[in-house]
Amino acid sequence: MRASHRQRGFIVAMLHRLSGIALAIFLPIHFLALGTALQGANALDSFLALTRRPLAEFAEIGIVVALAIHMTLGSRVLAIEFLGFREKTVALLSVCTAAVLAFGLFFALNLSWTG
Amino acid sequence: MTEALNVEIWRGDEKGQFQSFAIPTRPHQTVLDVVTEVQREHDATLSYRFACRVGMCGSCAMVVNGRPRWTCRTRVNAVIGGGNHLRLEPLRNFTIVKDLAVEMTQFFDKWKEAHGYFEPGPHEKSDFAVVSPQSRERQAADAGIECIGCGVCYSACDVVGWNKDYLGPAALNRAWTLMNDVRDFDQAARLDAVSGDDGCQACHTHMSCTTFCPKAIAPTYSIAGLKRAAVIGVLRGAR
Amino acid sequence: MNARFFAAQRITAFVLAFAVVIHLTTIIYAVRGGLTAADILARTHGNTGLALFYGVFVIAVAIHAPIGLRNVLREWSAWHGRTLDTSLAFLALLLLVLGLRAVTAVFGS
Repeated sequence: MRASHRQRGFIVAMLHRLSGIALAIFLPIHFLALGTALQGANALDSFLALTRRPLAEFAEIGIVVALAIHMTLGSRVLAIEFLGFREKTVALLSVCTAAVLAFGLFFALNLSWTG
Repeated sequence: MTEALNVEIWRGDEKGQFQSFAIPTRPHQTVLDVVTEVQREHDATLSYRFACRVGMCGSCAMVVNGRPRWTCRTRVNAVIGGGNHLRLEPLRNFTIVKDLAVEMTQFFDKWKEAHGYFEPGPHEKSDFAVVSPQSRERQAADAGIECIGCGVCYSACDVVGWNKDYLGPAALNRAWTLMNDVRDFDQAARLDAVSGDDGCQACHTHMSCTTFCPKAIAPTYSIAGLKRAAVIGVLRGAR
Repeated sequence: MNARFFAAQRITAFVLAFAVVIHLTTIIYAVRGGLTAADILARTHGNTGLALFYGVFVIAVAIHAPIGLRNVLREWSAWHGRTLDTSLAFLALLLLVLGLRAVTAVFGS
């Protein structure tokens, strides 16, 4: 593996890019699902019933984590580009990782809470 | 210390291959010492570049064990770890001329494309320009002014690999130093040149340029400055 | 044109950074205690404040996502030029229409 691909900046840029692609694919589906509420609560309910399977819940956690990754790593880019941050890599990336894990964990816990 | 180094060197052009040499280890040996010994004692047909051999000119830049660096400023002991293996390749993202020598023309053409040159303006100057070294602009320019065009950042940049027309970190860094030169008359055209699809906005903050620059310049932050200038330009309706 | 794409994407990014934090917090709270349509819609139907928030969210995403995809496709595939830009404009329109439809569905009264 070439040296540039082992740099932290490259790894987080790839996480940022791949999570963005995943979200772009997910969004139209998300909008369509919510749009079923136009036919009333029952229409939305029958869609939500599909999401109670373990595989669907796993995918949901994945999408939530993807959103958290994309937002935190995007904030890193905005901070460097527009707020003049000098990346003290360890500090900034640690904060990003912590934020992502927190969001993901809370979501997963809350999901299982409901049973 | 091991007795001999196993040195793999790229020979030929893009369709070439590695050739191995056994070179004795010597105290305080640099990678440039190794290449020179190969060319003088083992294979006179090896092509490589160097000039000052003291870390001032940047001519000896090449990829050593996967990382782009200056061979005259790289001690062999620092890169072989516990082993004895050295792998030397020409800089990435450049067309290979032969062996370890690459074609630098496109690299410097992009400096021109990015308007990386000083434009004195139409009027004759009656006196020296007064520029405070403490001013914000001068400090921003000074942070990037030491670039000697060695090509290490360009070699390290992934976006250059993905987009052949991307101006690259060195050209954009130079453009930023000139954007902060209060004597320069070319700012509008320069901003135009660096804020297209192949300009500053193609940088995705991987920061390999900043990691590998032997002069400790941070092109990432210079490019960030260009990005800010580009957005302000759009908001002002200039573009 | 391209500097405008860049500016639009970064400006919507600032908007989305805030909106996403709010959205993530909201959905984490919302999934507690089960997630039936009646529950959600009871809280959201007729809520003008939330409708406005999500309306802005949708518009920002419809601008932000296609420009991001444009970068990816130009760098990682051979697709570029007019056809790419036009296709992504359609994607933006699709996201806008589907998104505002979803906002109406959830927050309309």
